[in-house]
Amino acid sequence: MADPIHQFKINKIATIANVGGHEIAFTNSSLYMLIAAGVVTALMVGATARRSLVPGRLQSVAELSYEFVADTLKSSAGSEGMKFFPLVFTLFMFILTVNMIGLIPGTFTVTSHIIVTAALALLVFFTVIGYGVYRNGFKFLKLFVPSGIPIYILPLIVFIEVLSFLSRPISHSVRLFANMLAGHITLKVFASFVTMLGGLGFVGWLGAILPLGLTVSLTALEMLVAFLQAYVFTILTCIYLNDAIHPGH
Amino acid sequence: MATNTAHTQAPGGAKEPFPPFQQDTFASQLLWLVLIFGALYLLMARVALPRVGGIVAARSSQIESDLAEAQRLKVETEAAVAAYEKLLADARANAQAIAGKTRDSLMAEADQRRKTLEDQLNRKLDEAEKAIVATKSAAMANVKGIAVDAATAIVERLIGQAPAEKSVADAVTEVLKR
Repeated sequence: MADPIHQFKINKIATIANVGGHEIAFTNSSLYMLIAAGVVTALMVGATARRSLVPGRLQSVAELSYEFVADTLKSSAGSEGMKFFPLVFTLFMFILTVNMIGLIPGTFTVTSHIIVTAALALLVFFTVIGYGVYRNGFKFLKLFVPSGIPIYILPLIVFIEVLSFLSRPISHSVRLFANMLAGHITLKVFASFVTMLGGLGFVGWLGAILPLGLTVSLTALEMLVAFLQAYVFTILTCIYLNDAIHPGH
Repeated sequence: MATNTAHTQAPGGAKEPFPPFQQDTFASQLLWLVLIFGALYLLMARVALPRVGGIVAARSSQIESDLAEAQRLKVETEAAVAAYEKLLADARANAQAIAGKTRDSLMAEADQRRKTLEDQLNRKLDEAEKAIVATKSAAMANVKGIAVDAATAIVERLIGQAPAEKSVADAVTEVLKR
């Protein structure tokens, strides 16, 4: 059976530099990041170049994405949250595109690496802290002190609130990473059953029908997951940003 | 889902750790993520989103102004229809007034003519009646003369003597009265 982990391997394409013992290389991961950025750019910049009043197909998609993310952000973080629209939009489009490209057989899934999702989650985490403190100053700490709680359980509540706040980037990043990783491993395992059984002759061919059907339906499921995880990452970002804007519970 | 096409030689053939936890790849992944995500962010924030937002806003304002224009034109049309209908009603009233006036003046003229004609006829009638009366009285006078002459002649023949003209005339007048 083919190694289901192999697809996550980072392959060097060119070494750029060595900085303090860390090798900086252009890898397949970098390549697919670049491809995803190119796809998003082609959609958002290329397809809107004509600024048609009556949009073509691609311009409709660009406008649809714009309004989808704008509505999501506005409904969960209010109109003040629109300050972060470029960040939220770039996150959504980048993650969505990277997830979708990863579903094409033979490609690499950038978000199947914890370092990438962690970096994006920490970007959101520090944006929330930075803007929350900048906007609310000391009052940002009210985020950890819900109002209307009896004084004798307040320390416990504050402890839980702080803990849940600090664990946000972990859950935020691991959710996306684990979904991508698990989905691709499952797909790979079922797909390799097909090739394995297919090598056994006619009976094997018959037996391969089931895993083949499963692979096909799993691919459809994974498309849903790819979209859903990008959306979940985005809506959590919106909710966290809302905390930075309105820290009172 | 074979990624064998992108396969490069694993160094030394030793069992490698799980790829997502291979820490020697973190630095380059992070660097490229920062570069590419940062560039994409700038491109979206500076170029794409203002452009798409502009397109969407321009469309909604265009639709709004088109609707306002349509509303304005509708009001204008209604005003034009009302003006047309008023004009039509005015023209109709005018025509009726002109027709009535013409009819009245024609009738008045006809009346006038009839009246003069009647006057003339009446005058002629009067004259004729007068003429008849005159003729009649003249004739009656003649009849009286003839009757007096005849009576005188008859009496003269009967008594052989002419009566007094005065008494004959009185007698004739007496008879004619009857």
